Amino acid sequence: MGWAIALHGGAGDIAVNIPAERREPREAALRRILQIGVSALNAKCSPLDVVELVACELENCPHFNAGKGSVLTTNGTVEMEACIMDGNSKRCGAVSGVTTVVNPISLARQVMEKTPHIYLAFDGAESFARQQGLKTEDPSHFITPENIERLKQAKEANRVQQDYTQPIKPQVDPDGDSKLGTVGCVAVDGLGNLAAATSTGGLVNKMAGRIGDTPIVGAGTYANKLCAVSATGRGEAIMRDTVAREVAAVMEYKGLGLKEAATYVVHEVAPKGTTGVVAVSATGEIAMPFNTLGMFRASATEEGFMEVAIWSSESE
Amino acid sequence: MVGWAIAVHGGAGVDPNLPAERQEQAKQLLTRCLNLGIAALRSSVPAIDVVELVVRELETDPFFNSGRGSALTENGTVEMEASIMDGPGRRCGAVSGLTTVKNPVSLARLVMDKSPHSYLAFSGAENFAKQMGVDRVDNDYFITQDNVEMLKLAKEAGSIVFDYRIPKVCGTGVQSPIHMNGLPISIYAPETVGCVVVDNEGRCAAATSTGGLLNKRMGRIGDSPLIGAGTYACDVCGVSCTGEGEAIIRGTLAREVAAVMEYKGLQLQEAVDFVIKERLDDGKAGLIAVSKTGEVAYGFNCVGMFRGCATENGFMEVGIWG
Repeated sequence: MGWAIALHGGAGDIAVNIPAERREPREAALRRILQIGVSALNAKCSPLDVVELVACELENCPHFNAGKGSVLTTNGTVEMEACIMDGNSKRCGAVSGVTTVVNPISLARQVMEKTPHIYLAFDGAESFARQQGLKTEDPSHFITPENIERLKQAKEANRVQQDYTQPIKPQVDPDGDSKLGTVGCVAVDGLGNLAAATSTGGLVNKMAGRIGDTPIVGAGTYANKLCAVSATGRGEAIMRDTVAREVAAVMEYKGLGLKEAATYVVHEVAPKGTTGVVAVSATGEIAMPFNTLGMFRASATEEGFMEVAIWSSESE
Repeated sequence: MVGWAIAVHGGAGVDPNLPAERQEQAKQLLTRCLNLGIAALRSSVPAIDVVELVVRELETDPFFNSGRGSALTENGTVEMEASIMDGPGRRCGAVSGLTTVKNPVSLARLVMDKSPHSYLAFSGAENFAKQMGVDRVDNDYFITQDNVEMLKLAKEAGSIVFDYRIPKVCGTGVQSPIHMNGLPISIYAPETVGCVVVDNEGRCAAATSTGGLLNKRMGRIGDSPLIGAGTYACDVCGVSCTGEGEAIIRGTLAREVAAVMEYKGLQLQEAVDFVIKERLDDGKAGLIAVSKTGEVAYGFNCVGMFRGCATENGFMEVGIWG
């Protein structure tokens, strides 16, 4: 059996007529970053190193809702969170409320490896980052013009909803709505070692201090000896459905294969329009179901299969 | 209609040498909280309201590690967290990093009921508390002399452990002392209080609250506010966990009880036993649970868990040891 890798750049109501200038840079980034993950796996890097590396690249890319390019809180600031988990040991690390650390996923890894804790947040996470000498930038570094615009639109939409008290019709955002975004990566090597990583700026216009599903082990991120899962979508729904753990639990307790398990959780358990998942199993399978209009995603196997996609394909 | 059931806990991992008066105090507090819950259940108060009012009582009393009487952070301050979950609909609310909110579980409830989110933390949570007009006090209110002493001991123990590196297995047969979460059991403050309830309508709810790990780093979040780890409730059951946070998080312990009931068809006690036995690896923890059919159960794999439970048919039990 060979290695397998899958990564995502967020699930959401991504319009099929999204303008080329919005779609192409993201597709190109997914392709480039997938290749980085592939090279690392070919060089026999551990899945834990690979998912961290890939998540860092996705964080550094300003087109996705993580690291630079994170969506803004209602105060116009960035608050990032991330989580990483090792399948064999089930050791994990998570951070929330990160405002200056360039790579929150790396901070999460440091929490896992250098502290007796699993989860550090806000000032505590920031001061730990400084102690560890992680790269930091001024908070403005993470803010992009697109996200300033998104926040404006979200506040406008809220105002409209409150004024007119009409049923809210889901507006398909021609920008490729990153309201439901996140980035994530799952990987398995030829020996069945698994790892998962997820990172995000959260929900656009979120209350300051709001924590989503991403840093919650079992919700947005999970890995054990059977599979590794990273979820994206509406955080509050993913949290209540413990999505990532559910995929693994259904495999373990119902004996379903990865694809069946992931499909079951996304299409039967999670409410429509809220959830997408990338997952790999210890036997090298890949699954990437989503119940939103689209999910930016990419995957590859050692046998040479490679895919970059946004909307549904026949395999889903 | 089912018979209601309720369970409360004041934390797992108890010093076997805990003085008799302290044991007695603990049991009285657990009994008092159980009775509060029972009175509410007899008046048909819904499960979600019962767990909140019982945990409020546990937070207000300084005996256990939550609200007033919380264990102290490494800086000698209090940072509290809590979560609550309503079985029907699985709505949830959680808070972390609270420093002025008198009853964290009630703020978690407000997050669930009055905010568009499920989890708020640190200054964002404190701001929300201000907006909601909940009871707020200076951080000093939560600090008790007992806990100031414990922190001193924990810091001393910390330096001993690092310097001497006492091996767990020793050729001379010397027993290393019991440890929980890296601290000798004699100074470990069992983390967390919690309550699970199923009411006459078969609705389950769960709530957990804590000051967290004694001598913790600022910003450290444990299992208590994490849905699926420290707290979980669904149609089938309500669960609240306590113990070593890392083990509870990695084992997604609270969710696991529900999952094995749903997917393996286990009854409540079997599910609790299975999860404690199989899902903790080297970790030490305990949990309380109720099912929609009116059962109550608990389990723990460490030295002691402060707990109490009662059912409508008159069963009542308060205990500490195995």
